[in-house]
Amino acid sequence: MDLITFGVQLLNAIQYGMVLFLVASGLTLVFGILGVINLAHGAFYMLGAYLAYWIAAATGNFLIAVVAGVAIAFVVGLLLENVFIRRLYGRDHLAQVLLSFGLILVIDEVREMLFGKDVHAVTPPAWLSGSIQLTTNLSYPVYRLAICVFCLAVAGLIFLVITRTKIGMIVRAGAENREMTRVLGINYDSVNRYVFATGIALAALGGIVIAPISTVFPGMGDSMLILSFVVVVLGGIGSVAGAAIGALLIGLTDTFGKVFFPSVSGILIYLLMALVLLWRPNGILGRREI
Amino acid sequence: MSALLQATQLDAFYGASQILHGVDLAVARGEQVALIGRNGMGKTTLLRSLMGLVPDCRGQRRLHGGDIARAAPEAIARLGVALVPEGRGIFGALTVVENLTMAARPGADGRRTWTLARIFELFPRLHERRHNGGHQLSGGEQQMLTIGRALMTHPDLLLIDEATEGLAPKMAQEIWRTLGVIKGEGIATIVVDKDFRSLSAIADRMVMLAKGVVVFDGVPSDFAAQPELLERHLGV
Repeated sequence: MDLITFGVQLLNAIQYGMVLFLVASGLTLVFGILGVINLAHGAFYMLGAYLAYWIAAATGNFLIAVVAGVAIAFVVGLLLENVFIRRLYGRDHLAQVLLSFGLILVIDEVREMLFGKDVHAVTPPAWLSGSIQLTTNLSYPVYRLAICVFCLAVAGLIFLVITRTKIGMIVRAGAENREMTRVLGINYDSVNRYVFATGIALAALGGIVIAPISTVFPGMGDSMLILSFVVVVLGGIGSVAGAAIGALLIGLTDTFGKVFFPSVSGILIYLLMALVLLWRPNGILGRREI
Repeated sequence: MSALLQATQLDAFYGASQILHGVDLAVARGEQVALIGRNGMGKTTLLRSLMGLVPDCRGQRRLHGGDIARAAPEAIARLGVALVPEGRGIFGALTVVENLTMAARPGADGRRTWTLARIFELFPRLHERRHNGGHQLSGGEQQMLTIGRALMTHPDLLLIDEATEGLAPKMAQEIWRTLGVIKGEGIATIVVDKDFRSLSAIADRMVMLAKGVVVFDGVPSDFAAQPELLERHLGV
């Protein structure tokens, strides 16, 4: 493999890892802070992709699809938290799995009613649809580079909110001692609601940005859900920085696994997970007490 | 003096066991009340009941004349009550500054007299440690931080459980000095501590609990005149 091909694969790995990070960071927030296992997380990724297709087709503008899609997902998240998810706090995992599995069925049905079950393609905006010529017969799509930059920006934003803002401090404090935050006058119910809605919006955002380089199809959330859980476990439950590391590791392992060891590439990420958990049972940045 | 807090006939339960039996307690504006009694007599449960943290608590609780018997802890906090719990409840993953900032909020009447700068003026030690994580602090520093954090919410009533327990004498002195400052600010307090002498020196009133019942409620000098109470209920 020459250096250029290696570079292209490396970019693919990073881009794949970045999208994985968007989705998994939402899952790790909901899992780590609310203590809720949300199996429907992948369904929101799928829903995001369909929303992107639908809004982009209706308005002819992919950027509107990004903004409106995230906004819709956020509002749906607020509503779902208020009606269903808040009943799950402190309940056992079986109740959480049953309810969120039920949500998958409902979301699939709603998707079928609204968009049907056809496979769709989404075109990226014209100014991002070109390619960069690397050699005479090798080029790299601008949109994939744009995904990397955009996801990095979102990751930076999440990091800033968590480490530098008062709401981030409150979320971290609440993850450590819920009762004490309430005693200090913080209405944790509304914090929960916004954390859940943010998690859902991140899943949908992942589906939206991936739509132009993948096909939009009904089962696309299933594999994403499993990968996101692998990322969360790898990085350490509740750790957004851990999710970033985990997602990049998965992106690299999966991409280069397919290049170098195509016959066993399917099991490599699980092998990676097993090895990391042997080394650090709570994940790379996991806290001991969880 | 108008009552800031008025609790009448409080019964508190943990499961089947009753911890408080018909407790009456009133705190006036700016009044410093010492709550004493041996371990397991219901002091912590009384503070937690006033904060709305005991799910099964019956009886009247009024704050500023308004009913708070069914209010959630965060609602009671926003009406002007702050709790410094036993074990302190510092957020270990947050720095000193973050612990103080996350709690900051104007008072129920909109006043914003407590700032980071004023907390650091009150506790210069916290200023030195401002970028340290909560879990890196000593017990005394944690207690200063918990009190500072409570002050950042601009309370009218501060509930302090085990103010100086486990602290070195010098640190304990620092906490007693702080309680004097808090009193000077016109903030009412209910202080639980084992240091009976320091308490009677600063408190306006002493309340003694035994097996969930109030066995004494009066000024420190009256309390000192009844040594048999001390012997029976504190073993001093």
